[in-house]
Amino acid sequence: MTETQRIVVVGGGMVAHRFTEAMRDRDTEGRYHVTVLAEEPRAPYDRVALTSYFTGKDPDDLALGTPDLWQDPLVRLERDARVATIDREARTVTDKRGKTYPYDHLVMATGSYAWAPPMDGADLPGVFVYRTIDDVAALRIFVEERSKALGRVVRGAVIGGGLLGLEAAGALQELGATSTVIQFADRLMNLQVDEGGGHALSRLIENLGVTVRCNTATQAIKPDRNGRAGRLTFADGGEQLVDVVVFATGVRPRDELGREAGLTIGERGGIVVDDTCLTDDPDISAIGEVACIQGACIGLIAPGNTMAEIAVDRLLGGTSTFPGADTSAKLKLLGVDVASFGDAFAQTPGALELVYADPVAGVYKKLVLTDDARTLLGGILVGDASAYASLRPMVGSDLGADPAAWLLPEGSGERPSVELPDEAAVCSCNNVSAGAIRCAVNDEGCTDLAGVKACTKAGTSCGSCLPLVKKIMGAELEKSGIEVSNALCEHFDMSRAQLFSAIQVSELRTFSEIIERFGAGRGCDLCKPAIGSILASLYNEHVLAQDRAALQDTNDRVMANMQKDGTYSVVPRVPGGEILPEHLILIGKIAQDFGLYTKITGGQRIDMFGARLEQLPSIWKRLVDAGMESGHAYGKSLRTVKSCVGSTWCRYGVQDSVGMAIALELRYRGLRSPHKLKLGVSGCARECAEARGKDVGVIATDNGWNVYVGGNGGFTPKHAQLLVEDVDDETVFQVIDRYLMYYIRTADRLERTAPWQEEHEGGLEAIRQVIMEDSLGICADLDAHMARHIDSYEDEWKAVLNDPERLAQFTSFVNAPDQPDPSLAYVEQRGQRRPATPSERESGAVLIAPSTLEVRS
Amino acid sequence: MTTTASAPHDHTTRVAVCAYDRLTPDLGVAALVGDTQVAIFRLADGTVHAVQNLCPFSGAYVLSRGITGSKGDVPTIASPIYKQVFSLLTGECLVTMDKEPKPGLSTTLEVFAVDVEDGVVHITPPPPA
Ligand code: SRM
Ligand SMILES: Cc1cc2nc3c(=O)[nH]c(=O)nc-3n(C[C@H](O)[C@H](O)[C@H](O)COP(=O)(O)OP(=O)(O)OC[C@H]3O[C@@H](n4cnc5c(N)ncnc54)[C@H](O)[C@@H]3O)c2cc1C
Ligand code: SF4
Ligand code: FES
Repeated sequence: MTETQRIVVVGGGMVAHRFTEAMRDRDTEGRYHVTVLAEEPRAPYDRVALTSYFTGKDPDDLALGTPDLWQDPLVRLERDARVATIDREARTVTDKRGKTYPYDHLVMATGSYAWAPPMDGADLPGVFVYRTIDDVAALRIFVEERSKALGRVVRGAVIGGGLLGLEAAGALQELGATSTVIQFADRLMNLQVDEGGGHALSRLIENLGVTVRCNTATQAIKPDRNGRAGRLTFADGGEQLVDVVVFATGVRPRDELGREAGLTIGERGGIVVDDTCLTDDPDISAIGEVACIQGACIGLIAPGNTMAEIAVDRLLGGTSTFPGADTSAKLKLLGVDVASFGDAFAQTPGALELVYADPVAGVYKKLVLTDDARTLLGGILVGDASAYASLRPMVGSDLGADPAAWLLPEGSGERPSVELPDEAAVCSCNNVSAGAIRCAVNDEGCTDLAGVKACTKAGTSCGSCLPLVKKIMGAELEKSGIEVSNALCEHFDMSRAQLFSAIQVSELRTFSEIIERFGAGRGCDLCKPAIGSILASLYNEHVLAQDRAALQDTNDRVMANMQKDGTYSVVPRVPGGEILPEHLILIGKIAQDFGLYTKITGGQRIDMFGARLEQLPSIWKRLVDAGMESGHAYGKSLRTVKSCVGSTWCRYGVQDSVGMAIALELRYRGLRSPHKLKLGVSGCARECAEARGKDVGVIATDNGWNVYVGGNGGFTPKHAQLLVEDVDDETVFQVIDRYLMYYIRTADRLERTAPWQEEHEGGLEAIRQVIMEDSLGICADLDAHMARHIDSYEDEWKAVLNDPERLAQFTSFVNAPDQPDPSLAYVEQRGQRRPATPSERESGAVLIAPSTLEVRS
Repeated sequence: MTTTASAPHDHTTRVAVCAYDRLTPDLGVAALVGDTQVAIFRLADGTVHAVQNLCPFSGAYVLSRGITGSKGDVPTIASPIYKQVFSLLTGECLVTMDKEPKPGLSTTLEVFAVDVEDGVVHITPPPPA
């Protein structure tokens, strides 16, 4: 056994993360220990997705990979540990605090810094760059504070009209500022698009309300009276008033450490490496944006990840070399579709250009082909980049007889279906080929998108390749005879969403009619509850109406939660967590009378455990008589609306969160859905109700409420995402009505809002369009459906108590209706009782027989 | 309500349990046959089936409260606790959900002979082993 070698990585960015992850994946013998020294105060995060920080994501959502990586005993991450010097002789590095780390191999992954041209006023308050979480956080705070102080819209300007500049302009708008993009070149994104594309792009950007100024050289930023950025002056004599300025004028490699250590530096900067990512010191590699490879530093994540993989491979004795960089790029700005790939500027000798332009629609598309007009070399897509995921991997492939078909608007005709060669790169961020995806399906047994993503990492960065990954996966599954089935079960071929529409359209109301018409056999424990839930959502009738009792799980059937010993728990509704002292006393009294175990739930209410089937009606009679009602703790339906105390008592509260929580709980109580629904309302941004962990979270602002959607606790926690901001009560109700109804109609069986929202085509943005802009024309229908639910609500338990036939179901034995299940046995613990364990039963230790105390009223 | 069966029974005799009309299609009931708990199901097609009420995977007496259904042509009952599915014809466990039964319990359910005479459901317990 050889000794563990020490690797030190300087820089904790995206490529450092990939290096560490790949090393831990592949170094199965534990040959290397990796220490990552990061200048930033946090673990590596997804810089590519930085802009999403403005759309409600918090820094944690940007985390890369799983946090387990940093717990690995062979990995050490030091945050806030900028490396100050490298000693190549001693093979050590020293951080800014003077701490020294010895290495056997050193990896430079220091990335780039945002470069701003030397200019007067570039250091004024109000001038920002856009590279790190700290940068964007500072920008956000500044804009928010200025907007409050000025009492008007903040004027923003972005200097630089490339990919990053446009993203920054979008971000300024997201923050409520106006934005102007100042571009030195004659068009936007001049590195990616040609003149025709540039025109189309300018129009699209202006449609978003961003002002575009091309051919403009900024000369200086002049201060206002208070010494903040106040105005821009241009070389042509023009001026513009500003409150905030963002520089997006390019990046420069952070090669200063390499320079000081005497490593060879490229002509235009960067630490020079060979195709194996080694510098001229065989103990030092450089990867990512800081590396000057094949003569250039590359400002994209895909080549950086490739370098990380190569460095790992080489350290483990492999032979891979850098294949050259794919510089394809797609703009990540909502509503503006721009992509460019391959030889976009037709520099290959003899290359032909095929152009389609629709100036009215703002669409410009160009394919670059070989001189025989068959092989794809590259292209530019502006206004409609839907073909990007399919076209990019086909660079170098034959496009078939009529390449022009690829340029037509989507849906206007059949796009030729071309089988991608195995070597075609599908996911360029993570360097995954079509072959690797096929292999994941055929050899690794992946049968869904989540499996393929986990197995290959395809689609886990920018996500632009996902449609194609899905397509290849589907085709492969079909070939191997596995139907990509979303059938509910053996009795129904349809998915839940399809069945929902089928039932709605056919207006069938009983299970027997539905299975006869749309299914086969007698049903099962999968399709019966699903149909029970659909019928309940559609017709707002009692869960046990008609033949429905037999469709329900025992929990819904008896309106209580079955516990491990076959008894049930009882949870009355406590809207918003606000409870009358009388109700507290009543619950205590019932628990005493029936010998029930009591516990406060995680949902701000009280659970009584150990009630037998035959006891449920008498327990509920007492609760209902006192004005309490079913809490639906058993249903796939609204559970609780958690609240914090809010402005009525809390010194920080800005709105009445309890009142809002109660209003929401009363509005949606009893609403049946594909899975359970939980809401939360917080009275201020401190978020004591943890509303963003809920399916719908409502958080008070000075001006109203922010509504977040798609949060989840449980096994895969997710924070809810911002849907609307600063809205009044009525709008809160309206958007939640529509969001929930749309979810109820289209989600899969047992699919909660978080995965539904994520898998929905187009994600939250598409959902927003459905419910805010009525893109499907169904809003009126959704509103009417919810209104029907609210009007027809009745307490399920009250209804059953009035119905002798249904009450007859609550008997222990058909031939001995009041005899308790003789198998039940309890022991005492902390002053209450709990089910006896098998060994306690065997030993006969302090058994309490089922309570026979029957307080019949 | 018909006769109850609280007296110790003789294994060869059938026991009247309840009126057929007391059974709702596809909604099971539990019955005490001597001190044995039996789960009885009237299916949509009118047939009546009886199996032990004890769920071998949880150790709780709950099968009467499960969901009836079919797997292929076999009528089934799914346990309400961990969702194992059993044949109502043979008691065989058709879907184990990758779980083992509790120690000492058999995966296969005991099946009881049932018949309906004069509108009354009768169970015949199996002879002692
Ligand atoms: C009683 C309670 C635990 C407690 O004593 O605090 C509870 C009990 C159960 N939870 Fe829960 N959950 C309870 C709060 C929660 C919470 C906290 C919350 O609501 O704020 C969560 C995380 C939030 C969330 O749902 O996003 C929670 C996430 C789960 C999950 C995971 C869901 C997921 O999306 O991953 C399950 C499993 C499932 O539903 O498939 C689950 C399933 C269950 C089941 C149904 C398990 C079962 O089948 O027996 C338990 C029902 C027991 C019963 O009879 O009442 N419980 N459960 C809580 C009832 C709250 C209430 O007043 O209604
Ligand atoms: C807003 C934005 C959007 C982007 N969008 C895309 C896109 O859509 N597609 C794409 O391909 N690329 C995109 N990029 C570029 C992409 O983020 C980078 O290519 C990638 O992050 C490079 O990774 P890296 O690890 O080389 O550098 P970085 O991620 O920059 O990481 C380098 C890290 O090293 C640290 N460091 C520097 N010096 C030291 C030192 N002496 N000691 C310790 N630590 C040090 C830095 O603080 C930094 O955290 C975008 C970048 C930004 C800012
Ligand atoms: S966390 Fe697990 S054990 Fe606890 S209540 Fe929820 S489901 Fe039951
Ligand atoms: S191409 Fe970016 S994640 Fe696949």
